[in-house]
Amino acid sequence: MAHQKFAYAPAPESRAVVELAPSYGLFIDGEFAEAADGRVFKSVSPSSEEVLAEVARAGEADVDRAVRAARKAFTKWSALPGAERGKYLFRIARVLQERARELAVLESLDNGKPIRETRDVDLPLVAAHFFYYAGWADKLEYAGCGPNPRPLGVAGQVIPWNFPLLMLAWKVAPALAAGNTVVLKPAETTPLSALFFADVCRQAGLPRGVVNILTGYGDAGAALVAHEGVDKVAFTGSTEVGKAIARTVAGSRKKVTLELGGKAANIVFDDAPVDQAVEGIVNGIFFNQGHVCCAGSRLLVQESVQEEVLDALKRRMATLRVGDPLDKNTDIGAINSAEQLARITALAEAGEAEGAERWAPPCELPRSGYWFAPTLFTGVTQAHRIAREEIFGPVLSVLTFRTPAEAVEKANNTPYGLSAGIWTEKGSRILAVASRLRAGVVWANTFNKFDPTSPFGGYKESGYGREGGRHGLAAYLAEPGEAAGGRGEGEGELDR
Amino acid sequence: MTVSERSEGAARLSVLKTYKLYVGGKFPRSESGRVYEVTESESRSGRGGRTGKAGKGGRGGAGDAGGAWLANAPLASRKDARDAVVAARKAFAGWSGATAYNRGQVLYRVAEMLEGRRDQYVREVGEAEGLSRAKAAAAVDAAVDRWVWYAGWTDKIAQVAGGANPVAGPYFNLSTPEPTGVVAVLAPQESSLLGLVSVLAPVIATGNTAVVVAAERAPLPALSFGEVLASSDVPAGVVNILSGRTAEIAAPLAAHQDVNAIDLTGASPELAAELEAAAADNLKRVRRPAPAESWTATPGTSRLTAWLETKTVWHPMGV
Repeated sequence: MAHQKFAYAPAPESRAVVELAPSYGLFIDGEFAEAADGRVFKSVSPSSEEVLAEVARAGEADVDRAVRAARKAFTKWSALPGAERGKYLFRIARVLQERARELAVLESLDNGKPIRETRDVDLPLVAAHFFYYAGWADKLEYAGCGPNPRPLGVAGQVIPWNFPLLMLAWKVAPALAAGNTVVLKPAETTPLSALFFADVCRQAGLPRGVVNILTGYGDAGAALVAHEGVDKVAFTGSTEVGKAIARTVAGSRKKVTLELGGKAANIVFDDAPVDQAVEGIVNGIFFNQGHVCCAGSRLLVQESVQEEVLDALKRRMATLRVGDPLDKNTDIGAINSAEQLARITALAEAGEAEGAERWAPPCELPRSGYWFAPTLFTGVTQAHRIAREEIFGPVLSVLTFRTPAEAVEKANNTPYGLSAGIWTEKGSRILAVASRLRAGVVWANTFNKFDPTSPFGGYKESGYGREGGRHGLAAYLAEPGEAAGGRGEGEGELDR
Repeated sequence: MTVSERSEGAARLSVLKTYKLYVGGKFPRSESGRVYEVTESESRSGRGGRTGKAGKGGRGGAGDAGGAWLANAPLASRKDARDAVVAARKAFAGWSGATAYNRGQVLYRVAEMLEGRRDQYVREVGEAEGLSRAKAAAAVDAAVDRWVWYAGWTDKIAQVAGGANPVAGPYFNLSTPEPTGVVAVLAPQESSLLGLVSVLAPVIATGNTAVVVAAERAPLPALSFGEVLASSDVPAGVVNILSGRTAEIAAPLAAHQDVNAIDLTGASPELAAELEAAAADNLKRVRRPAPAESWTATPGTSRLTAWLETKTVWHPMGV
């Protein structure tokens, strides 16, 4: 009886650990500064629509200034012994651990994701990435990139809003370990944790100009990618923007890595342990509100167990708690922005209009803020938009298959190729199916696991390059015979 | 007693070869029905080598390079390029699914066939590039050796480029390189055989299939190389060789939605920039032309890893 159910008491995390200033500047050459043209924008908490702070909006002049600062800093930073660079990274990792609670709360406020995830997933991984790459800084000659490993120069990095601090760590840590300097642009809806990271760099005593943070919109990101003083471009975000970046850098000497969209198949075979598979499906699509490029958004379930799996899945979905991101019992937080909510809503409506059956557990959504209930669609075919397009929200499309061959064919029937899941007790089937899936990460009997030592990245239109592990380091080192440090010796005027 | 001895007195008319494309294991003419004149390299004829080789058919015409006429090569079209991609895609599952050991055996067999035709290639490369016999011989030997070098990589690159990842948790986590798919290759313009081998071998050693555009002015050694591939154990479609105008054939390949990667080595900087922009439409993997690539230097592994994706598989550990 529903009315007899024990309700959870609210268990909110305190906001008091974060001190938010009313306004923040750009972080260039070790100092916070206003944008050259004085423009600002507001960062809003997606769960309450409360304005958290006003932030400087970078323009072309600011991009130019930041790139010059990074280029100037590059000479000394790249000449430091690796062991010294490593010590700076270790310091950053330590400060991140010390300030983990503050940063977790901040990230939940600014992004809308549950504190349980920022506290238990994002922040531990952020620190772990700096620890991992810190150890590489004095071992570059063992990274397999040739006998004389050299950095590329200035890295221009543009990151998305779904894991603001984690994506920063994925990009900044290997760049600095390899001896590059960095200009990073966080997403306009989640600029705050990157600015706090600037303060972490300051506490760690990082030399000025080694890390520069430009808050702003897509125009600033585009200017950064196109800036001729940038030697390496790293981007995580949509496939559409990734293609635009690939066009921008065409014909230049810039090295590029792109982590783009996905439409992962999560394949459940008839011999899978149902309860574990259901946990994996839930984690695969509802983790971080489904704002995950590698989310398992297409459930491929073997026809013979479809009913059993769907019943269990619906039961489990009914227990998901949607609400205040700062409540420690919350499973699903707020959608990151009004714009994103509109996109998810439109695609879900397209699912219904195209004849798929929509289901969501009864759940009361908060009045203010941006929210979307965990949703699943059955009766989905491969032609449906909800089966083809990345939704980037808590929406699961369910398809069925009869044979492993059909599962593989359906799984691969997408221009994306970032990730996939396999659920079966049969080891030989895992290995056979995993080897035939065209995806960069395959989780077997688990999903959405990340680790700094483990390469992550896509096939096909999910982008190129890998982040994490030795492979992630290679993206920031010159290939043997390749000119390093931008324009090589006798740097151009940018240096003066 | 040889034939020429028997026919002493009357100059023997040699048998000319009609050079054809190599697509899907067959030797078609260009569907367009077009050909272009291939001439001896100017540097060779300019040195007063074997100019006016009327004995080779008496058709000694003026080609664009100004040297003696060698043959009419097929002038491949957009449709030929698309046919080649279809053949390469069809061959991908089998070739990428073959064991690395098997691929190594097949590649080594190609080296055997090439070695067996050494004299033919010394002549063809000499004519194509205007090299002395000794220099042409050195280039052919280097090409055979380079091919053997890559044959040996098929079953080693996974160990060098992949490995186990020590993740912080009870998971078995393994990264393995896999071929990216169909790779379009613009062979270098200056080195008709050694250059071709240096860019082609790493593509197929790693399990990809290839559509190769031969050097524009000197395509004959590449077209003959198709005969070597056909007489070895390379499955049909794994390598497809086109001759013609590089810019004309490369454009549809760079824009093709079923091509996964493109090697721009044989493109000029302007053409390369254009092709790279077209390649962005489906996020092809792109290898840009290097300013001055030496085909005699040790290649390293970058031409292998350029055409590999890294797949990482996770599995929980426990009892």
